[in-house]
Amino acid sequence: MSRHTLSVLVENKPGVLARVAALFSRRGFNIDSLAVGPTEHDDISRMTIVVNVEDLPLEQVTKQLNKLVNVIKIVELDNSQSVQRELMLIKVRTDSESRSHVLELVNLFRARCVDVATDAVTIEVTGTTDKLEAFVRVLEPYGIKELVQSGMVAIGRGARSITDRSLRALDRSA
Amino acid sequence: MTEKMTGAQALVRALEQVGVDTVFGIPGGAILPAYDPLYDSTKVRHVLVRHEQGAGHAAEGYAQATGRVGVCMATSGPGATNLVTPIADAYMDSVPIVAITGQVSTPLIGTDAFQEADISGITMPITKHNFLVTNAEDIPRTIAEAFHIAATGRPGPVLVDIAKDALQATTTFSWPPVMQLPGYRPVTRPHSKQIREAARLMTEAKRPVFYVGGGVHKARAAAELLELAELTGIPVVTTLMARGTFPDSHPQHMGMPGMHGSVSAVGALQRSDLLIALGTRFDDRVTGELSSFAPHAKVIHADIDPAEISKNRHADVPIVGDCREVIGDLITAVRTEQAEGRKGDYAEWWRLLNGYKETYPLGYEEFADGSLAPQYVIERLSALVGPEAIYTAGVGQHQMWAAQFVKYEHPGTFINSGGAGTMGFSVPAAMGAKMGCPDKVVWAIDGDGCFQMTNQELATCAIEGVPIKVAVINNGNLGMVRQWQTLFYDERYSNTDLQRPKRIPDFVKLAEAYGCVGLRCERPEDVDDTIRKAMEINDVPVVVDFVVHQDAMVWPMVAAGTSNDDIKYARDMAPNWEGGE
Repeated sequence: MSRHTLSVLVENKPGVLARVAALFSRRGFNIDSLAVGPTEHDDISRMTIVVNVEDLPLEQVTKQLNKLVNVIKIVELDNSQSVQRELMLIKVRTDSESRSHVLELVNLFRARCVDVATDAVTIEVTGTTDKLEAFVRVLEPYGIKELVQSGMVAIGRGARSITDRSLRALDRSA
Repeated sequence: MTEKMTGAQALVRALEQVGVDTVFGIPGGAILPAYDPLYDSTKVRHVLVRHEQGAGHAAEGYAQATGRVGVCMATSGPGATNLVTPIADAYMDSVPIVAITGQVSTPLIGTDAFQEADISGITMPITKHNFLVTNAEDIPRTIAEAFHIAATGRPGPVLVDIAKDALQATTTFSWPPVMQLPGYRPVTRPHSKQIREAARLMTEAKRPVFYVGGGVHKARAAAELLELAELTGIPVVTTLMARGTFPDSHPQHMGMPGMHGSVSAVGALQRSDLLIALGTRFDDRVTGELSSFAPHAKVIHADIDPAEISKNRHADVPIVGDCREVIGDLITAVRTEQAEGRKGDYAEWWRLLNGYKETYPLGYEEFADGSLAPQYVIERLSALVGPEAIYTAGVGQHQMWAAQFVKYEHPGTFINSGGAGTMGFSVPAAMGAKMGCPDKVVWAIDGDGCFQMTNQELATCAIEGVPIKVAVINNGNLGMVRQWQTLFYDERYSNTDLQRPKRIPDFVKLAEAYGCVGLRCERPEDVDDTIRKAMEINDVPVVVDFVVHQDAMVWPMVAAGTSNDDIKYARDMAPNWEGGE
């Protein structure tokens, strides 16, 4: 099995997320991570879907996704040719003694402290899956009280945009 | 043109504009506003059915007989959920239908209101697409989009769920609306490089076969197929969904492949070195055990749905496109090959295949006690009624015999439930087919199990003046299940006997109660006369109760999950594959 990152441009309409998610489960695929949000175009949303499958089933699920009427375009983003980020918020137990150690780790990982209480700090960190996993490991000894993480978002490197052509298609149909 | 009207009026007007002439349905609370303007429509005939499932299958029968989009209508909640089976059936067999359902008013959606069901959520995995409409102004555009999606590309069912308040609200109607489907772009033109490669492989192959599926007729490409087949001299097999797409009487026709296919068709696929798969999807009922299916064959696979290509079997030459364009281009490419002096030589192949055909023709067992063999009934029906009629079938033994023993000569003359295997399909589908093609004779070949699932539509047929003919192949059992119990469950007939200890219901009386003519036939010598009698009655529906022997079995058979190579042409009788060589 190998991890693949799919960028899926969809019409910004109710129920589209349900259609995409249902398709994955119906065809027997597990989604590792999913992030949905608006794009520079009001009518288009973008999903970044990370799946762990072999190449052949990936081709099948991509074709099936393409058949959804609300799906405009699918691009597989190569790890080396794209920037991939996840966002994590972590609440770590701290006291007056350990706080400075934790803040040092925050600096080392280029994270940010977004909330401080007498017995805890909340940290915001972005990065690749590997970086976030490493950060969690070094914080674990202090006691992680709570952790929340976004799905991965990803964008291709260079000047080219995957939305350009899709926008033209959208304009034609409007 | 722009006019002020209600959403319901806009719906009916939009249906008229897209060319709908027949709608099958049942009114109810949420869809009620739509039925008021429908009452006045002079262009759309609404057929009041007795169960929404009947409406859905009738729409399928209508669509398959005419090539136009079939339409069914139901109210919210149970009305809509009763359409689920025909929608799933249409999805599996790529039948273009549009289902219109009423939904509770927008403020009530999500409150578990009376007769509320999330039908767009429920049908998401079994529709090509569906819509929930909550604004009256969206109704005309959505109807246009629904019909466009249902009919183009790979056809399929589309559901339009319309909230009651959207039907009641006032809107302006203008036509044609501008469709907004930026993500819907079916590819119909095949790639020329792949076509040339396919033609080259066809010339080089020693044992090629056209493996023809339902997509060829859906693309209206039967004439092109005949031309290509005769141009190349390559044998043809027609799947259950393609019966009639290539004439049964044609010497190049090898029969139907699959679980109950002919030895010659199954053998042709298994021994082939090149499958030219056209509008077909390598269904498990055709391939048997996938790993041993046509083990020596390269595959050219043409389909309008890119997701079908290499889904089950790797395609060496993938061709995405409409089958009529694909076959048309293949004819041109093959002519070019032939003009340059390259022509396939299949003489040795034909010697083998003709050997299979002669040695293992379709046959059946007759019963010494003088009771009726179901195959004989269907054989005589075909002989007397002929290939111009439309035949529909339910699902089970009678369906397989209808596929085997009716001789089809024309595309679209056999309408049945292939992918979904929906018992009860036959009678309502026959009703829909007859309404779409009133000048054709339509015979529903049905089993007694299937018939009891949907025979209420006989009332619709009798009242609406739809004189279909029904041949009930009555063996008193769920015959196909019984056959499996005979073969694989030690003859332990658990819950398959429908008529013990008494023959209930009496199908002749039932037919008469529904305003139809009921006939019964129990002896081989009466079969012809009974069929002729049924053929003479054209003002009301006719039901013929053919009481047949319960032990008749469908042969040949490839047991589920086993290899096509292990086909049996009768119980424990395996063909000798090398014998024909």
